Amino acid sequence: MKVHEYQAKIIFKEFGIPVPDGGMAESPERAREIAASLGKGTIAIKAQVHAGGRGKGGGVRLVGTPSEAEKAAGEILGMRLVTAQTGSGGRVVRKLLVEKGVDIQSEIYLGVTVDRSRRCVVVMSSEAGGVEIEKVAGETPERILTEHVDPGLGFRPFQASRLAFGLNLPPDLIRKAAGIISALYRLFVQMDCSLVEINPLVITSQGELVALDGKINFDDNGLFRHRELEDLRDIHEEEPLEVEASQHNLNYIKLEGNVGCMVNGAGLAMATMDMIKLVGGEPANFLDVGGGATADMVKNGLRIILSDPNVKAILINIFGGILRCDVLAKGLVEAAKEIAIDLPVVIRLEGTNVEEGRRILKESGLNLITAVDMNEAARKVLSVLKTK
Amino acid sequence: MSILIDRNTRVLVQGITGKEGMFHTRQILEYGTNVVAGVTPGKGGQQIDGIPVFNTVAQASKETGPNVSAIFVPPAFATDAILEAGDAGIPLIVCFTEGIPPLDMITVRKYLDGEKIKLIGPNTPGIISPGKCKVGLMAGYIHKEGNVGVISRSGTLTYEVVYQLTKRGIGQSTCVGIGGDPIVGLSFSELFRIFESDTQTDAVIMIGEIGGTGEEEAARFIKTEIKKPVVAFIAGRTAPPGKRMGHAGAIITRGRGTAEEKIQALADAGIRTVDNPADVGEVMASMLKV
Repeated sequence: MKVHEYQAKIIFKEFGIPVPDGGMAESPERAREIAASLGKGTIAIKAQVHAGGRGKGGGVRLVGTPSEAEKAAGEILGMRLVTAQTGSGGRVVRKLLVEKGVDIQSEIYLGVTVDRSRRCVVVMSSEAGGVEIEKVAGETPERILTEHVDPGLGFRPFQASRLAFGLNLPPDLIRKAAGIISALYRLFVQMDCSLVEINPLVITSQGELVALDGKINFDDNGLFRHRELEDLRDIHEEEPLEVEASQHNLNYIKLEGNVGCMVNGAGLAMATMDMIKLVGGEPANFLDVGGGATADMVKNGLRIILSDPNVKAILINIFGGILRCDVLAKGLVEAAKEIAIDLPVVIRLEGTNVEEGRRILKESGLNLITAVDMNEAARKVLSVLKTK
Repeated sequence: MSILIDRNTRVLVQGITGKEGMFHTRQILEYGTNVVAGVTPGKGGQQIDGIPVFNTVAQASKETGPNVSAIFVPPAFATDAILEAGDAGIPLIVCFTEGIPPLDMITVRKYLDGEKIKLIGPNTPGIISPGKCKVGLMAGYIHKEGNVGVISRSGTLTYEVVYQLTKRGIGQSTCVGIGGDPIVGLSFSELFRIFESDTQTDAVIMIGEIGGTGEEEAARFIKTEIKKPVVAFIAGRTAPPGKRMGHAGAIITRGRGTAEEKIQALADAGIRTVDNPADVGEVMASMLKV
């Protein structure tokens, strides 16, 4: 689960990591109030969307007075912010972070994540903060310092200071930096995160360290330990069809193509999408109905696929194991009675009770195109798209 | 011989009285697997289809001598269930639970490695050695006893590939699902090593997917350590970055873990990769000259 910058900064503060003074505003008036409370000096107005590259997209402004803050807020709120990470549709800005401007002397990167291949948590720091860290990692990996954490020992103070000393900081900031690095690790573990970053952590011209921007991604599997985090979820930032699917226990991800897919199992669903692409089509979505799909789930899955206006044909690929083909077939027939399926549907069934499943579909009188294997299914989808 | 499980396997089911646990216990019994005991804290003394249920793994272990534990316990308790099985000295643990936090698995894996205990999963479809034993969720009849080993990160995609083999008359020695989570027990590489020394296995199929670097590590390992022929398929070429594709581990983060990188690593190691998932069986058949 992702959260906004302003929410991440509230959590940073709870863990003792210094952040600029400020607050969240949903109206220009509120932005003015917050700006007025911050005293003299520059004020930053930052659009709050779950995507990076906001500055380049025009979602960040620096102003000098509360009335300028109000004006800038009025311009940014409601705008459709398009960045490298939002896709062409962009995101509507509903919230702003209004905070005290900071004099930047230099910028540091700090991050914590799971190193999957070494099976441990890794804490990272770099002098090359402020820019995209992927780029630094790709071009000059030696500029990123890493410390791997032994799960039995935890992140040790010597590791924090090794990272801090590697940043070439003024001597009086070493201990402070090590403290911030340790706090970031504590936050990561205590809150069950998958990624925590401060980028940049700035050294101000007054010689202070401040987290100017940050990111916290919570691990979805750890959320059962942190019910309070539910309140931080902003469903405006999620694709509406994906939100609806998750309410029906379906795993759906919207893509840009025109072939709607319904598959049981995540691996087979990805392979089916790849297959569509391989024969020259474009998948419209990933949809995994899971191993224990019910008639209701099949129905809701179909409805979600059909509500994507880009979809021109549907491919259903089911390899029945625990999910029996006759159950799937019954679900499909029921769904077809309730929702008008006005698009061609190619269906490939295999596995447990497949004969019974095929018989149910045949006797239903539904206009389905059947296929015996994945190759044939993909080819048939393509040919119906061409004849349309 | 198959790997990991065979006719001598004695299974303990943790969470046997739950809905999932009971359903799958009956399924694996039907396949002929020897289930010797179940564990559910507080339900000791009961019987499930004639199988004795105990309160603790230690007790079940002492009285029935299991050598594999199958875990069907909800995510909040699954970590402890794995550690309890490990503490009782059960040498192979298969954890089916989906949704265990990766940070918990880091600690678990470290402990099990220290004790030399093998873990399969979590979030795995399990293991089957066709004709001998099943500790898994897969439908038994799509398999056939034979000489091809299968290692995979997913469930139904493995069934798809296995069925392609079976329809061509190619049997399997053992099929193992390593699990769809970011941190799992035995990796592709570790299983390749076991298959390499298995006399029943003549070739191995690897089914990978986006996320992590397990496939890349396996590619380097195969190049130097594995002499048996290998066929690989990687799912998720069309998956967008930053989106979790069903499995907790199937996500392209920070531009790493893409299908292209994995396919490149396999190609660099001289491993035959198949682009079309429907062709895996055929390619294996031609390799074995069946």
